[in-house]
Amino acid sequence: MSSNVITVSVGQTDAKPWVDELHQWLATVDHKRLGILYIVSALMFLVIGGVEALIIRIQLMHSHNNFVSPEVFNRMFTMHGTTMIFFVAMPVLFGFANYLVPLMIGARDMAFPRLNAFSFWLSFLGALLLYFSFLGGSGLYGAGNAPDVGWWSYAPLGARAFSPGHSSDYWTLSLLVSGFGSIGTAINIIATILCLRCPGMKLNRMPLFAWLNLVMAGMVLIAITPLSAAQIMLLIDRYLGGHFFDTQAGGSAVLWMHFFWIFGHPEVYVLIIPCFAFMSEIIPVFSRKPIFGYPVMVAATVSIAFVSMSVWAHHMFTIGMNSYANSFFTLTTMAVGVPTGIKIFNWIGTMWGGRIQFKTPMLFSIGFLFQFLIAGLTGIMMAASPFDWQLSLSYFVVAHFHYVIVGGILFALFAAFYYWYPKMTGRMLSESFGKWHFWLFLTGFHLTFDVMHVPGILGMPRRIYTYEAGRGWDTLNFIISIGAFIQAVAILVFVANLIISYFKGVPADNDPWDAWTLEWSIPSPPPAYNFATIPTVASRRPLWDHKHPEDPDSRYE
Amino acid sequence: MSGVTTSFPNAATEWRLPSRGKVAMAGVIIAESAIFTIFVVAYLFYLGKSITGPTPSEVLETPIFYTICLLSSSLTIHLAAKSLVRDFTRLFLGLWLLTIALGGLFLYGTAQEWHRLIYERGLTISTNLFGTTYYSLVGLHGFHVTAGLIMLVIVALFGLGGRVGKKQSGRIEVLAMYWHFVDAVWVVVFTVVYVLGR
Repeated sequence: MSSNVITVSVGQTDAKPWVDELHQWLATVDHKRLGILYIVSALMFLVIGGVEALIIRIQLMHSHNNFVSPEVFNRMFTMHGTTMIFFVAMPVLFGFANYLVPLMIGARDMAFPRLNAFSFWLSFLGALLLYFSFLGGSGLYGAGNAPDVGWWSYAPLGARAFSPGHSSDYWTLSLLVSGFGSIGTAINIIATILCLRCPGMKLNRMPLFAWLNLVMAGMVLIAITPLSAAQIMLLIDRYLGGHFFDTQAGGSAVLWMHFFWIFGHPEVYVLIIPCFAFMSEIIPVFSRKPIFGYPVMVAATVSIAFVSMSVWAHHMFTIGMNSYANSFFTLTTMAVGVPTGIKIFNWIGTMWGGRIQFKTPMLFSIGFLFQFLIAGLTGIMMAASPFDWQLSLSYFVVAHFHYVIVGGILFALFAAFYYWYPKMTGRMLSESFGKWHFWLFLTGFHLTFDVMHVPGILGMPRRIYTYEAGRGWDTLNFIISIGAFIQAVAILVFVANLIISYFKGVPADNDPWDAWTLEWSIPSPPPAYNFATIPTVASRRPLWDHKHPEDPDSRYE
Repeated sequence: MSGVTTSFPNAATEWRLPSRGKVAMAGVIIAESAIFTIFVVAYLFYLGKSITGPTPSEVLETPIFYTICLLSSSLTIHLAAKSLVRDFTRLFLGLWLLTIALGGLFLYGTAQEWHRLIYERGLTISTNLFGTTYYSLVGLHGFHVTAGLIMLVIVALFGLGGRVGKKQSGRIEVLAMYWHFVDAVWVVVFTVVYVLGR
């Protein structure tokens, strides 16, 4: 596995080690390399999905714009949504879980290394299938190429009559294949955490990162599978002449909505819980205090997981459910805000009275706290079904969920990148680049998504490719688009930071942040075998115990 | 530099963790249960919503014999796994082959039923909503039986080659978990399709 033992005989060409290196990456079963493969592929698709977002924003910059045709616009928002959820957010979070969970629990690898590699390649090939639709989607019909029916693919739009050609097939197969990859990874994470903890690492001593990823993996098992089942039904409809979602034969379009959102809403929590995990590691270290309320944090996460399984139909208030269903889903949706509020309270409790260090990871974490709170508040507004009837399918909703996904998930991810990059590469990310990245992205984010609420309230529907002048939307949309470009510049700064720091960054030692979890006890980057001897732990902060033998945590737990 | 090997007097005197194979199979079963739940929900939701015939009560016959076959295969695989733990290799192999035979019989029963439905009753997956939901639910289960049978046959081939012993009993138990799950799913499918659905 380790690459430093390859001996090259004299006279061989220089190309050989390069091929070997590539071969090692492609055939690897090492959890650290697979983690990096996940993260790098996700970053690649982040740029692609970002370009699609920019195309959408250029088109909407002013009324009656002709930058792209309506058909291309439909493809852009469909591909943007699908890409960002399935091929950016999921893989990048799985990548961090893959890389960090074994290190944090003192294990040498994941429980099933080959399943791990298989899962990664499944989800990566799923992504390639989706993008192959640009070439192969027309099929024999010459109709359309990439999928263009929205990332929900609501029935009957996904049916043969309305999605001729193969675009919807590529979409379906892509999500099915990558869904199996996600299930494999989730099983692997669960087995790793339950079966490979180092001696002394009881469940109540695990880092919160491991706890939260355990909950996330459990949710993946129950939440991703309904989507897989629905995709199988769609394939049966499209290829075998089934009638699941065929209203003319008595099928129900609403059933597809239910199946999609039974996946779709827990999915949001599958994405945000690993981000909570990042916050629960980063905020204590930069506040120089242990996490406030560890057991409550675990309990809150588990209850979020449970409650979030019964909120899905708040995406469907406008389809005309009866008032009992509306009330039920309004109440559960509001209930899920309670444990989430507890978590925000605990992070602030951790910062309270701490000696806060405003390094880049902490800046992004604080950004996360504020923005995720606001995203939650607009979520509570939307939870009230009468309010939702007014603003569903408007830009207000688009602003709300981008506040969650960009303001919450992406900010937490950036914090994680700045925090763990030294461990993964052995080099620090540049702080000055980091500050530029943070402030530019913060400005662009608020310019775009704060303002985006307003056209929504003024009645601008989502997914329209252009609009009439004189409705009061023009200036607002122009500002939103400017914000999008500022965010794009910030992403470029970030990518430049990743690349430049990889070659020229300040070398990082084992523990650059003076942190407390096990991954910081081994060299940066870690050797292939992780731990020369498997550690033994006696508290939640093993490295604190190690550094402060006179006052170990284990004395108080 | 992995210096966190600080030995604490009371820590980790005994450190036992669950078997990763069983945990992973439990994960598979949870995920599969969710998939089956969706198909069962679709079946129940569309009961009686077909616009054209045939209806379940017109064409379905309860496969009692084949159901008994599948359910008793759960018992034989359980006894097989137990006898492997006690290193009774020949008894294991006998019970294992019996399990395969019972599973195969069940699949034959499904095939016969489908043949009858398709060629005598004219019910295919595209005939009506009942056909769509029936063939996909029963077919999904049949697919899992087939996958299980393939794994059982692989083990049987190794067993006939004399390569399955007490050392492999942990893995055999994991496979038995899967087979029990397939049987348990049939109890649900049977209840939904042949009891409630008619």
